[in-house]
Amino acid sequence: MMLWVLLALTPGIITMIWQFGFGVLFNILICVSTAVVAEALMLYIRGRPIVPFIGDLSAVVTGLLLALALPTLAPWWIPFVGAIIAIVLAKHLYGGLGYNPFNPAMVAFAVLMVSFPKSMTVWTLPQSLIPSGSSFADLLPYIFGSSPASGVVDAITAATPLDELKTQLGLNKTVSEIQSSAIFSGISGTGWQSVSLAYLLGGILLLFKKVISWHIPAGVLSGLFAISLVFYIFEPGSTPSPLFHLFSGGAMLGAFFIATDPVTAATTLKGRFIYGVLIGLLTYIIRTWGGYPEGIAFAVILINMTVPLIDYYTPPRVYGHK
Amino acid sequence: MKLWRFNGGLPSLAEHKNESVNLPIEVATVPHQLIYPLRQHIGNAAASLVNVGDSVLRGQKIADAQGLISAPIHAGSSGTVTSIADHLIPHPSGFSAPSITIETDGLDNEIVPTPCTNFRELSISALVDIIREAGIVGLGGAAFPTAIKLDNQSRSRHIETLILNGAECEPYISCDDRLLKERADRVIEGVEILLHMLGAKQAILAIEDNVPDTFTAIQTAVENNHNSAITGVQIPTIYPTGGEKQLIKTLTGKEVPSGCIPADIGIVSINVGTVHAIQQAVIEGKPLTSRIITVTGEGVTKPHNLEVRIGTPIQHLITFCDGYTKHAERLIMGGPMMGFALLNDEIPVVKATNCILVASQHEAITSKQAMPCIRCGLCASACPATLLPQQLYWHSQSEQLEKAEKLNLFDCIECGCCDVVCPSHIPLVQHFRYAKSALKVQKHEKHLSDIARERFESRETRLARDKAERAERSRKKKAALKSKPAKEEIDAAITRSKQKKQSNEIGEN
Repeated sequence: MMLWVLLALTPGIITMIWQFGFGVLFNILICVSTAVVAEALMLYIRGRPIVPFIGDLSAVVTGLLLALALPTLAPWWIPFVGAIIAIVLAKHLYGGLGYNPFNPAMVAFAVLMVSFPKSMTVWTLPQSLIPSGSSFADLLPYIFGSSPASGVVDAITAATPLDELKTQLGLNKTVSEIQSSAIFSGISGTGWQSVSLAYLLGGILLLFKKVISWHIPAGVLSGLFAISLVFYIFEPGSTPSPLFHLFSGGAMLGAFFIATDPVTAATTLKGRFIYGVLIGLLTYIIRTWGGYPEGIAFAVILINMTVPLIDYYTPPRVYGHK
Repeated sequence: MKLWRFNGGLPSLAEHKNESVNLPIEVATVPHQLIYPLRQHIGNAAASLVNVGDSVLRGQKIADAQGLISAPIHAGSSGTVTSIADHLIPHPSGFSAPSITIETDGLDNEIVPTPCTNFRELSISALVDIIREAGIVGLGGAAFPTAIKLDNQSRSRHIETLILNGAECEPYISCDDRLLKERADRVIEGVEILLHMLGAKQAILAIEDNVPDTFTAIQTAVENNHNSAITGVQIPTIYPTGGEKQLIKTLTGKEVPSGCIPADIGIVSINVGTVHAIQQAVIEGKPLTSRIITVTGEGVTKPHNLEVRIGTPIQHLITFCDGYTKHAERLIMGGPMMGFALLNDEIPVVKATNCILVASQHEAITSKQAMPCIRCGLCASACPATLLPQQLYWHSQSEQLEKAEKLNLFDCIECGCCDVVCPSHIPLVQHFRYAKSALKVQKHEKHLSDIARERFESRETRLARDKAERAERSRKKKAALKSKPAKEEIDAAITRSKQKKQSNEIGEN
């Protein structure tokens, strides 16, 4: 099951590398290895069998999802600390596999975002917008150095379209003015659109292989689409289109890979759809009126809290009951 | 015919019918010993009618029903009763229970049965009596006394539809299939008897669509019979479609309300093997002393279906099937989904035994190491009762049994679909069985403590009342003593007695 998740993430990973360079590989390497080691250590300390619990690949998936959510130029200790937070704090302190109420990768992301906002926003400029492309060597100062040479910064770092949009809207610019900038090409911005499409492809694979059911992704995407459509109709000048919302940031990754984490999601079918819709709505609310450009992580964690309530009120009709 | 779909189930469960289904039913030899547990049906154990040393004939009643829900037991062959004592019975916990053991004499003499030429001349009560006296119980596995189903449960209700359950959904088992292939005429005659008894408008004989040649056999038998009320229907092969509630849903779209019986919605459902037994009892006059069972699995040399005397030790059947193979690992009574492991092969075949599965290592559903529940919900999508197994598991594991009960734990039919689909290999049904029995014990204890409390409280009130009454009486007495008129009365009495004394003295003087 987890193998299918990993497989379904590969188009996304490849597109990330293609669009944003090799930074994401560093994140994956550090996150996954730290997560697996942390998992093994915690299992050892808690006196649990190590092999079956490592073998289920849940730590690998957690590490990978966190890595994909992190900015591509984050210094090395960001993925390292993040993976430890995810596995130790969000997973094992709550009882390990199956007992954590909050999505571990998203808890780590939120903690990092709140604690190290500056390091959490250094994304690479999409490769197509860097005249000479970026090489391994260009990345190293960001990942391992403390302060990169000032000349390089402008060449390859950039804010994400969501971030840029938020900043510029704050400066009273209209959406169409903002989106005329180069990073906003296509529906949702250069690079981001391809990455979102790749995740969508992987998500569809998971649906076909019945690893996930359609309820949660459909809920997230329709929730996000519906609320952004309403505001787009009434305030087209200051709100981006619903499609921009669906294909930017972590919407696709969140809808298919993060919100669908079975441990922290609702379990009834009706409940799963409601759970998804709530995440979609909250994501929009945070993106639009919150302090952070991207809201998936916070939305997932907050809606995780409502899961027992959702499950309690949405039981299926049992055979022979009215 | 329009069909409905119940929730979940396992459409692609490996069937394993080919091992046993291709050979015709063979009549097994009579063993040296026949063992009859006195309780081999739902309800009260039967009471022995014989003593050690008695000789018995085939078809002779050796134990009689006790109470309303019970069934008599008949000897399967002629011989001598050698013991009436505890013997290992087929039970998941390996219990022993009172059983009658008969040493057979090899002559197989029987009580000559009295056949019936026209069952329509018999009254319904007479037919019910025949079925009751023949010791017939549900042969599909539940072993509920059939006479109760046809009499007490059905005659007070209006029965529209009779469902004949030939949907043998458990893997490996093919005894009903072979029965329908070879003796469809008898089964259809049995259906006619039941239609006559119940006054139902229609009878539906349902089998799974993975046995088309059986369906042809049924169709031919139905055509020969010229009874338009009987229809044969093929239903999709989805485990557990042979479960009574699932079959009723599939065929009629109706659901048996929780806590009710099918008769409450105008339906009676009977296994085809039981129908065959009814036909034998009514038409041939033969009580239930034998049945068809499947002996199969990689652990047995020649898997096939046998007609065996009830009471035959499993050992004898294995020998009849040319013995164990070197793969034999576990002995299971019933199928791999709902059957249970047996302690040894001295255990006898009982009325409810439809299959002996001699499983090899990989056939026995081996218990892999259970991992924590990740709430993936696959169990809920597979549950044919539309329960939430993951929530039931959560609550039963944490001993919050009332919560599990509130989530309708008792609607679980223990089919095992959730076990099969669980990616964490959690033995969910075992947890549910445990929770159910723990709840039953709790309720029983609560009932007892309620009675005790009531008794205690009524004693307390009685004592308090007595005390109050006593206090009231003594208060009245005291008050009477204190009050003046009483004193005067006493004085008057004293004066009276003095006067009397005086007058007496005068008289004497």
